[in-house]
Amino acid sequence: MSEAILRVEGLRKVFGQAVAVEEVSFSLPRAGALAVVGESGSGKTTVARMIVGLDRPTAGRVTACGRDRSQPARSARERRRRGGEVQIVFQDPYASLDPRQSPAAAVEEVLRLHTRLDRGRRRARVAELADLVGLDERQMAARPARLSGGQRQRVAIARALAAEPRILILDECVAALDVSIQAQVLNVLSEVRERTGVAYLFISHDLAVVRQVTDDVIVMRHGSVVERGPTGQVLDAPEHPYTRLLRASVPGPGWRPTRRITQQAKQAKETR
Amino acid sequence: MSNPFGNRTSDLLDISGLTVALPLGGRHRTVLSDVSLRVGAGEAVGLVGESGSGKSMTARSIVRLLPAGAHTEGSIRLGGADVAALRGPALRDLRRRVPMVFQDPRAHINPVRTIGDFLTEALRAHSRTPRRAGQERAVRMLEEVGVADGRRRLRQYPHELSGGLLQRVMIAAALLTEPHLLLADEPTTALDVTTQAEVMAILDELRRERGLAMLFITHDLELAAAVCDRTAVMYAGRVMEVRASDLLHQHPLHPYTAALTAARPCLDRRAERLVTTAGRPLSAFEAPDGCPFATRCAHVRQRCHDTRPGLRPLAGGQVACVRAEELHQERAVPHE
Amino acid sequence: MTAVAALLGRGRRSALGALGTTAAAVIVAAVVLAVLGPALSPADPDASDFANAYAPPGPAHPLGFDGQGRDLLARLLTGARTSLLGPLWVVALSMTAGTVIAIVAAWRGGWLDSVVSAALDVVFAFPGVLLAMLVAAVFGPGLSAAVLALSVAYVPYIARLLRSAALAERRKPYVQALEVQGAGSVAICLRHLVPNLMPLIAAQATLFFGYAMVDLAIVSYFGLGVRPPAADWGVMVAGGQSGVLQGYPAESLLAGGCIVVLVVAFNVLGERLSDDSGQSGTSGPSRWWRPGRGGTA
Repeated sequence: MSEAILRVEGLRKVFGQAVAVEEVSFSLPRAGALAVVGESGSGKTTVARMIVGLDRPTAGRVTACGRDRSQPARSARERRRRGGEVQIVFQDPYASLDPRQSPAAAVEEVLRLHTRLDRGRRRARVAELADLVGLDERQMAARPARLSGGQRQRVAIARALAAEPRILILDECVAALDVSIQAQVLNVLSEVRERTGVAYLFISHDLAVVRQVTDDVIVMRHGSVVERGPTGQVLDAPEHPYTRLLRASVPGPGWRPTRRITQQAKQAKETR
Repeated sequence: MSNPFGNRTSDLLDISGLTVALPLGGRHRTVLSDVSLRVGAGEAVGLVGESGSGKSMTARSIVRLLPAGAHTEGSIRLGGADVAALRGPALRDLRRRVPMVFQDPRAHINPVRTIGDFLTEALRAHSRTPRRAGQERAVRMLEEVGVADGRRRLRQYPHELSGGLLQRVMIAAALLTEPHLLLADEPTTALDVTTQAEVMAILDELRRERGLAMLFITHDLELAAAVCDRTAVMYAGRVMEVRASDLLHQHPLHPYTAALTAARPCLDRRAERLVTTAGRPLSAFEAPDGCPFATRCAHVRQRCHDTRPGLRPLAGGQVACVRAEELHQERAVPHE
Repeated sequence: MTAVAALLGRGRRSALGALGTTAAAVIVAAVVLAVLGPALSPADPDASDFANAYAPPGPAHPLGFDGQGRDLLARLLTGARTSLLGPLWVVALSMTAGTVIAIVAAWRGGWLDSVVSAALDVVFAFPGVLLAMLVAAVFGPGLSAAVLALSVAYVPYIARLLRSAALAERRKPYVQALEVQGAGSVAICLRHLVPNLMPLIAAQATLFFGYAMVDLAIVSYFGLGVRPPAADWGVMVAGGQSGVLQGYPAESLLAGGCIVVLVVAFNVLGERLSDDSGQSGTSGPSRWWRPGRGGTA
């Protein structure tokens, strides 16, 4: 896969005594969408933080746009360049914006950092990005406290896209949203990918959402990858017992929780 | 068990015309508007809605856990007794008989006391069970909720237990007082899916064994459908639709329920685009006159803005939509 | 008055409640008097006429005279400026140093944070007043020595509280998003971290203003701060002592009263602002606990 825009090889992270991530490798193709699925403690968020440089890998390599980023950036220029390659949107819509800064100002700050556009052009670009994520001028000028969770998450997406990254990491970015708002944001994400060709690393515990947004999936458990493949295939015919358990745990028509699942959980634990 | 209209005499819980206003930002704002809902003995009723819909506030009203300064209208009857009239010991007794399981167990358990203290405290206070006997019962109860090694658990502190385990302890505590009605407010929302499945299984099984009624509050329509006999859908502080769970999910009567179902991505296939509803969920005090969903509804007509529809019977359920019959016909015809 | 300015600027006066608003009004009035004091003064505060020693109030001299026959009102008004300027310097210096130390420690973390915390703990052990007196004894008495010593003694209290607040802010996703964007540390701190800590900084500044007033008055009382015959409330409390013994307590009472009223006002306002900024105001066990006095309080 020479087309990979993001490549992760043998990634490992140890916090004190605990191994959070162990031997994780995957690659994300240009304009692709890869899901990282797992439950709490699976290490999926730690993987994301290592890719963007918020945590330093204990071992392994991260290559984005052909450049290694396993070591901390040495210069301000290098930091900015990395920012222009990979961006991230976090889960909590209520803490992801500076409470004292309007969305427009937040997006403009990023434009000032990454581009040489003049004031007028920056304004136009802010409007373009707002349009891309479906926010109007009034919302872009409001204080974050006046925006709903879904609107804030759109601002966070617009702010991330302002750097024109090739890769966008979405860390549980719709998990905190109401069902109807979640659908709006998921549609926005599909449109953005079509229109900009940005690749997604989509971190989620929600299999239905993953099916809607991604092409491929890796399933993580206790820091390691247990299964990988095209999203449809993995969800329709899961091979690893843990993936099967995950699949069977999702409520849906005809689903009935029984202690059988408890038995399965025990089995899954034993097989690991 | 599934009896959409309920038999009045066997109704364990009867909420009728409940309207609640809370002091917010210096004035009273409506958070619940004319909510009517019944739960029969041994019946599981789901209460589904998005943020601001008033689903948690409804549960809190039942055990009188509303914030200070709340204005309440309408009536809540539990086993025939008016909840509003209860004072002192009678109120404590109500809360014992109608325990609540919350989304975040850690916020509702004293972190410096052991699990054993937590479980036996209620028993000893209410039924004067001796310490030994209380512990015996607690261990048996823990076993029933799937917590093995109960004796050791009793000596542990909340921080030593995982979220899933702690939630099972909360369920055990709720069941120890042998209640008739359980209020479960998003009890599995903070848990992982596999843990959620386990906890739901335990809750569902114990409930059935004991003939315990449950009001199950969740944002997840599919989860409610899986464990509840009937489900009520709330929006902007009002009940929009009440129906047998399987029917609600497959053939929703209210456009809001339909929108909620359509918005959720499907596990089995990828949709070209998710069907979305413009705008965001409203709270009761933000909702327009007339139908609260009118400003976002795809099937809206002028009369939707003019009159506020109440719940009325249709197709074995209840629905609050002036066009429900029409829409029901429209939807039914192509299928037949 | 950073706190008052921030308060009025953000139009949140009503959030203070009646007591807080009264406190703010008292402080504003004191500031106005300190600025205009000498101009309003009915007489020369330093002109001494022993014929008028301890003379009672009269129409031209509403508060009467002190033991050296100086007009008391004139001395109170002129003294307001020194009595407020000293604490202002202490607060400005210690808040600036405390904020910088707190943010650098919180942002860098690691060994630097550990070293800073340990150093703060060492300074923490010195009661402020004692340090000020020590400095005055070594370098000779004077306001600047006392101000510098108190500023140093206050830094750990301010830095500790702000460090934990800065740490919490630093871990928020919006700050991490900026880091991922490649924004510089200094820019993030100045443009985002400090403005979001400002309500807390303002509240702390207000509280410490009150503390500094008392501590400086104590230092001056012992003759190690502002030197007589300059008019200063602390000096006046000390100078009026002989009058108290002779049955003329007016000078000590009036100057002491001014200090008490203002300190209470600063405490009340500081508490209100802290409540508002969502942080506990006093970083100690009780609201009457104050820094700089070790265990003697």
